[in-house]
Amino acid sequence: MIYHELIVVGGGLAGLRAAVEAKRQGVDAAILSQVWPGRSHSGAAQGGVNAALANHPESADDSWEKHAFDTVKGSDYLADQDAVAQMTKDAIPVIYEMEHDGCPFSRFDDGRIAQRPFGGAGYPRTCYGADKTGHYMLHTMVEEAVKAGVPMYVEWFVSRLVVDDGVCRGVVAYDMVKGGYEFFQGEAVVIATGGAGRTYGNSTNAIISTGYGMAMAYYAGVPLKDLEFVQFHPTGLLTTNILMTEGARGEGGYLVNDLGERFMHKYAPTVMELAPRDITSRSIQTEINEGRGIGGKGYVHLDLRHLGGQKILEALPGIRDLAIHFEGVDPIEEPIPIVPSQHYSMGGIDTDMDGRTIVPGLYAAGECACVSVHGANRLGGNSLLETVVFGRRAGAAAAAYIGGLPAKKQGAAAGEAAVRAALTQVEELAARAGTPGAEDPYAIRTGMTTTMKEHFGVFRVASVMQEGLDTMMDLKQRVSMIGLRHTGGVFNLDMIRTVELEGMVDVALGIAAGALRRTESRGSHSRTDFPTRDDDQWLKHTLAFHTPDGPRLDYKAVTLGMFEPQERKY
Amino acid sequence: MPEAKFRIKRYDPERSADQNGDGDGGYDEFVVPYESSLTVLEGLFYIQENLDGSLSFRYCCRAAVCGSCSMYINGTYRLACQTNVRHLGEGPITVEPMPHMPLVKDLVCDMTDFFAKYELIQPYLMRNSQTPETEFPQSPAERKKLDMPIDCILCGSCYSSCPSVWGEGNYLGPAALLKAYRFEVDSRDEAKKTRLPHFDNERGTYRCHTITNCVEACPKELNPTEGIQWLKGAAVRRRLLGRAK
Repeated sequence: MIYHELIVVGGGLAGLRAAVEAKRQGVDAAILSQVWPGRSHSGAAQGGVNAALANHPESADDSWEKHAFDTVKGSDYLADQDAVAQMTKDAIPVIYEMEHDGCPFSRFDDGRIAQRPFGGAGYPRTCYGADKTGHYMLHTMVEEAVKAGVPMYVEWFVSRLVVDDGVCRGVVAYDMVKGGYEFFQGEAVVIATGGAGRTYGNSTNAIISTGYGMAMAYYAGVPLKDLEFVQFHPTGLLTTNILMTEGARGEGGYLVNDLGERFMHKYAPTVMELAPRDITSRSIQTEINEGRGIGGKGYVHLDLRHLGGQKILEALPGIRDLAIHFEGVDPIEEPIPIVPSQHYSMGGIDTDMDGRTIVPGLYAAGECACVSVHGANRLGGNSLLETVVFGRRAGAAAAAYIGGLPAKKQGAAAGEAAVRAALTQVEELAARAGTPGAEDPYAIRTGMTTTMKEHFGVFRVASVMQEGLDTMMDLKQRVSMIGLRHTGGVFNLDMIRTVELEGMVDVALGIAAGALRRTESRGSHSRTDFPTRDDDQWLKHTLAFHTPDGPRLDYKAVTLGMFEPQERKY
Repeated sequence: MPEAKFRIKRYDPERSADQNGDGDGGYDEFVVPYESSLTVLEGLFYIQENLDGSLSFRYCCRAAVCGSCSMYINGTYRLACQTNVRHLGEGPITVEPMPHMPLVKDLVCDMTDFFAKYELIQPYLMRNSQTPETEFPQSPAERKKLDMPIDCILCGSCYSSCPSVWGEGNYLGPAALLKAYRFEVDSRDEAKKTRLPHFDNERGTYRCHTITNCVEACPKELNPTEGIQWLKGAAVRRRLLGRAK
């Protein structure tokens, strides 16, 4: 047993920020991460982070209220407006703090943080460091965690939460380097494990973005909120779905179809390529579906050539390298073949503005959480912002909770029982290997990623979704029959990937069930059989509760207050 | 169906004494279906999923930004995710862990010392003067000095490739020193004498003999040697003239 007052699961931006905040408030906070924290998926974010700093010459009258309006409108009015207001207000001091901590943002000539235009934003308010903003912010937060002396348990895979008498008491984790399971006892736990992109076969996400952290909370009785809202980024590389930042269009890049036409004029005549991601992805998909993909195939072009080599090298060097290495295309010379790709989970663990879940002692922050500030469609530049704003708030709230506890170090017996349960799970998986009917986890994984990609994509319709849901229910049955082939103690990927899979399938089922039930189109959830938004019936959050037979759906009201819902046009 | 042959170095610390004792598993060969977009990392996943579930390797972003999958592929330091099989020419693809590093299992090497040295150089911005309400101003020219070192992904290739690290286990190595350089050239940093003693010593910059293996090994095409030479200059100026920058 290892004890820390606060256990943070996940070492990306949200987890690091939570741990640093708690540590600064005098709490003994530690991070457990499947990878060295600087390798987390936050580092793949490219284009930037939104804050109404009003540094850009064209944004002198920008304000947090305008940032809030753009965010709420972008969310198709599903975001909770009090949470959005909090985030956009916090954005300004939090970004200055990132800068004070050393984050190497790009600069304007006057020495202030540079800002660029981004989709769905009324002003150029996206602060950036070239096209590697996530990498720079992530390394800065790792550095702050080192400075603050936050202990980091690197390459520990957290496999289950310990909840005793309805209160969270810690986690069970697998020590990848030495082998074996350990109970990490804590007074509170912050889950900050990122999104569930890898439930899809066409994701921009890191391979570790499985959604398993969401599943752990789900199994502990916490509802998962708005899972059906899955963002498809307009510009993933054709072959690999690797992200080509929205900043490429912010810097002036064009989207072009087989006719050589900048087709966005048909869909968002005012803002063209800088429409929000849901609208841009649908526009691209429509061009492809109607036969105007390049050569009639399933992709269009992102054309940067007119920007010139110098601008590409200065503002978009990372994009250029990725296009060269992974697609064999130099954007200075040729247009980049791109395709809408799964990118972000708007939904996640249901929390309040301080990361609290319904389980005392259990918090969540970042992409795995759903506050909700993104509603039905997240604006580019708001995800990096969410990680640091709500990571900080969750860390502070957990610290306050720990400070108010009457008794500490509870739940030791439950922790030891959870370790035994984890060991038993692996033994049972291993015992099934080679027996008749034993299932191959990777066949199930492929079944899931294919089903989610093909049945719950950019455009959705009841018949196709029903078929997908049936397939997912079948896969869930098969998960219970998996046989584990490799039983070694050290760095056992077979075991980790098998344990993860069960959680991935359950989260994917939540996406599927929520999508089929919601008979409207809102933000990223676009149904050809219900093409309009229906505020009378559906201006509400979906809550999925775990049951052994699949998700049980419930709903709760959206917090309005600042902006009345109106038709969304760009 | 076209195929690619992988030849992978194996190591398992749990192998018992009668199976070789030292955990060395030699090389295993695997055949993977080939397509023109196949990367080495995808090949490793194919093997782990279909041919040998015991294979261990590090992975995360698969887009050359996280630094997890640095390996020694056909005798060259490479990120497995960024290495397309079709660029590796004819013959089997030999995949080994980064050399000169202690091993955890198969292609996973022990990075404990590497990160301990990174933490030792105080890899964070230090300030003494008052923090402004908005940002610390920094001109584009000042910011440009950071372009090279901030792109480091701490993959460990430079560290593994450096003969000075092989010969002197205490040497901080190119990655940690590049990180020190990143802060020393930052116009906002005021560490003055605080960070300097951590690299101005026999564990630090003077162990660099400008062999430049690190420059060749770096998958991000960075130049740690250049940063280390700058640090040497800064340390000497500090000793002779009492000022660092």
